[in-house]
Amino acid sequence: MIDARGYSCPIPVMMVKKELESNQSGVIEVMVDSRCSRDNIEIFAKSRGYNMEAVEDNGEYRLTLRK
Amino acid sequence: MKKVSLLVVISGVVVGLAALALTYLGNPANMGFCIACFLRDITGSVGMHAAAKTQYMRPEIIGLVLGAFIAAVATGEFKAKAGSSPATRFVLGAFVMIGALAFLGCPLRMVLRLGGGDANALVGLIGFIVGVLIGVFFLKRGFSLKRAYAASVHEGSVLPLVSVGLLLLFILVPTLFKLSTEGPGSQHAPFFIALLIALVVGILAQKSRLCMVGGIRDLVLFKSFHLLSGFIAILITVAIGNLILHKFTWGFALQPIAHSDHLWNLLGMVLVGWGSVLLGGCPLRQLILAGEGNGDSAVTVFGMIIGAALAHNFGLAGSADSLNEAGELVVGGISNAGKIGLLIGFVVFIIISLVNLPKKQQASIADKEAA
Repeated sequence: MIDARGYSCPIPVMMVKKELESNQSGVIEVMVDSRCSRDNIEIFAKSRGYNMEAVEDNGEYRLTLRK
Repeated sequence: MKKVSLLVVISGVVVGLAALALTYLGNPANMGFCIACFLRDITGSVGMHAAAKTQYMRPEIIGLVLGAFIAAVATGEFKAKAGSSPATRFVLGAFVMIGALAFLGCPLRMVLRLGGGDANALVGLIGFIVGVLIGVFFLKRGFSLKRAYAASVHEGSVLPLVSVGLLLLFILVPTLFKLSTEGPGSQHAPFFIALLIALVVGILAQKSRLCMVGGIRDLVLFKSFHLLSGFIAILITVAIGNLILHKFTWGFALQPIAHSDHLWNLLGMVLVGWGSVLLGGCPLRQLILAGEGNGDSAVTVFGMIIGAALAHNFGLAGSADSLNEAGELVVGGISNAGKIGLLIGFVVFIIISLVNLPKKQQASIADKEAA
């Protein structure tokens, strides 16, 4: 689980990119606390062939990226 | 694969049209928007610097912040947060402003100047890209100003409240403020029209996340054209608009409120690009983030205001090209004090970039330099 809460752009996407390059399972989970980070990660994930599910809980988003 | 967002392109087109309209209605040439110049004018208007030609309560700044605030509140995106190295951001904001005022424009005005045919902005753009690449170099090695934390609503509302306060004071007690009677500060679109236009742009900028530095940064980091498409949309819109209005004049010398001292135009924008990457967004984006409740961005804006005061109180800001009495070109530029100010900025940015790297990266870079 990547905890990218509180980080400003583009660091959340960079954290996901780093994980995506080393992750073998094809599933990545990320926590973010802004819609901007959620949207940016979704754009990036789609560009790398991942689908993203987002679950909101009290202003925070749990994102699941799947190949 | 959706690399270009329609909303970003539409926002870019609207920003371009808004800039053309504001210039048509009275703003200085190629200065429909300029976050650095307008914050500098507000700084002068409240008496924090004494440059008589650059003092006005620019409604564009107020409108952008409040537009972002309204959009964020209306869509549930307002989120008060703070605590990500605010003092460092303050210093970065001050030197970004000093760099921008050496060039005579923020990244947004750089695009507007380019769209008006000002070739000095091309030099600025090269410097800006170099600055972004330096910032990306440090980002890739783990540079971070650390995370922010949830804050109280009033902490996140500081800049919107300051904006409302300035707006009310300017409407109710205008004699409080210093207002230029000549020079760029005296040239402005009608106050309430400019405020309304900026509100619309603020709303769109909040929804689209438009950011001048983000476009180039994300292209380098992620090969994403998403934000760059907004940057390009502004440029194309403004260039076409200026061509239609016969305001497009290509060249270096005597461009409006610009100088053709290439080296310092370039270096000024290197500083702006570098600092903006470290801050996570250009001056426009900092205003929008502050409107969304980001206290760190509000501190950055206050840093930019202090930077503007320093730039004019110590004579660091650029002066435009002009003609002397004999009709000969006098190339503008920056004073020796301005050059020293920029160089100090580079030293400060190197230190900030290094000390905010993860410890093992600091050691690795030091080893390479020693070798």
